[in-house]
Amino acid sequence: MKRKIYLDNAATTSVDKDVTEAMLPYFSGTFGNPNSLHFFGREAAKAVTAARDNIAAMLGCKPTEIYFTSGGTEADNWAIKGIYNANKDKGNHIITSKIEHKAVIASCKRLEKDGAKITYLDVDKYGIVDLEQLKKSITEGTLLVSVMTANNEVGSLQPIKEIAQICAERKVLFHTDAVQAIGTVDINVKRDNIDMLSLSAHKFYGPKGIGALYIKNGIKNDRYISGGSQERGMRGGTTNVPLIVGMNVAMEKAIRDMDINNKKLSYLRDMLIKRIESEIPDAFLNGHRERRLANNANFSFKYIEGESLILMLDMQGIAVSSGSACTSGSLESSHVLSAMNVPAEITQSATRFSFGKDSNEQDIDYIIENLKNNVTTLRAMSPLFAQQKGEPINV
Amino acid sequence: MYNDKVMENFKNPQNVGEIENPDGVGRVGNASCGDIMEIYLKIDDDIITDAKFKTFGCAAAIASSSMATQLIKGKSIDEAIKITNKQVIEELEGLPPKKIHCSVLAEEAIKLAIENYKSKKASNI
Repeated sequence: MKRKIYLDNAATTSVDKDVTEAMLPYFSGTFGNPNSLHFFGREAAKAVTAARDNIAAMLGCKPTEIYFTSGGTEADNWAIKGIYNANKDKGNHIITSKIEHKAVIASCKRLEKDGAKITYLDVDKYGIVDLEQLKKSITEGTLLVSVMTANNEVGSLQPIKEIAQICAERKVLFHTDAVQAIGTVDINVKRDNIDMLSLSAHKFYGPKGIGALYIKNGIKNDRYISGGSQERGMRGGTTNVPLIVGMNVAMEKAIRDMDINNKKLSYLRDMLIKRIESEIPDAFLNGHRERRLANNANFSFKYIEGESLILMLDMQGIAVSSGSACTSGSLESSHVLSAMNVPAEITQSATRFSFGKDSNEQDIDYIIENLKNNVTTLRAMSPLFAQQKGEPINV
Repeated sequence: MYNDKVMENFKNPQNVGEIENPDGVGRVGNASCGDIMEIYLKIDDDIITDAKFKTFGCAAAIASSSMATQLIKGKSIDEAIKITNKQVIEELEGLPPKKIHCSVLAEEAIKLAIENYKSKKASNI
């Protein structure tokens, strides 16, 4: 059978076996609606309460501060739009960064149409936000600062503790999209002064379609989905019992094994970075060398285009993704790399390798071998490569 | 995303490379938009006897270059200059809507290469 290597764990992860097992009884056996008074409902409600309590404890907050959502995108939408709509009498300004996930950026763009003023903070060439610019940007009318814990494309870790500190001093709410960070970055919302946080189960070996928004008690946020009394009346819709149970088990395992996983992941990441840099000329690491997610390596290969490289790797059984949005159907190049001022000709070939718990050292040999061949093939085909070798082009 | 014909032309592109002392060269696109295509022609008595390409771009751009060079080989320059991006797409049995511009680049590169040949020829007389 052809070898298959999954190196796209930043896009999604496989569901852990223990997670699947934990969820199964809640589909057909304990299937009740947690809002029902009867035994079936009470059993389901017990499971949800236990999951909520445990997730809250792992994040360092109270169970009443956890709101289950359909995932990270919904949590981000709620955090941004909810705060704006519930507090627009106090101001209309939101600060975010240029490298946020589309869920945050698109929510902000939507609010601009309603009259919100949005500041998109710059990042340095490593994809890390500018704290001085943040301090200068906060005004009387600033309602919220939203900066991600870790970037999904280049893995850059943001100084969220410092940002939270600045926000606390200036009495501005702070939200962080921690979708890429849970299970990899040590977060405690109380200790770290975080007011709101988004998370998504499928990034840490949980199921797709479930996530949560932590909202610190006392914060005025809008009811997000009109409906029943679920999530303390803030988010209607029948509680997704099996997925909540699964998310809890996944998160518990991810946080329990975080140190050991990070050690392995960063070892593999650093080995891949070292080998690409020593074996493939004109390959450039995007993002910060140390301040990056343990499982993320993002490289640009000069003179070639990313989609071709990704398709070639795919034919060889290696699943990676583009740092640029080109392959996902849009022709725009990555807003993250643009914000980092990576030259356009290099952003085109940005390729993200994101390791997971099943990755191993032998994978790296196979990746390097194929990567080298593909880059050579595509460069031989590239007019840009011919030019830099000094071959004249007589047009 | 891509059909088998496109993938076949991407996996095994025909006519990759350059021609030494070409009779005509056409270069289109730029790196910031993600595609650069160069087509080289060898022309005898206004017949295209050889065509090669070099492309920086996505799979659709490489497949379009491969197909376009196959289409013009053996044709007269008058026939080749009439080749449209639609013909390239037809021969490739379709391209995704967002990749149509790749076939346009191929058409433009062919036209430029033939113009280049014509202007060289004119200046030699």
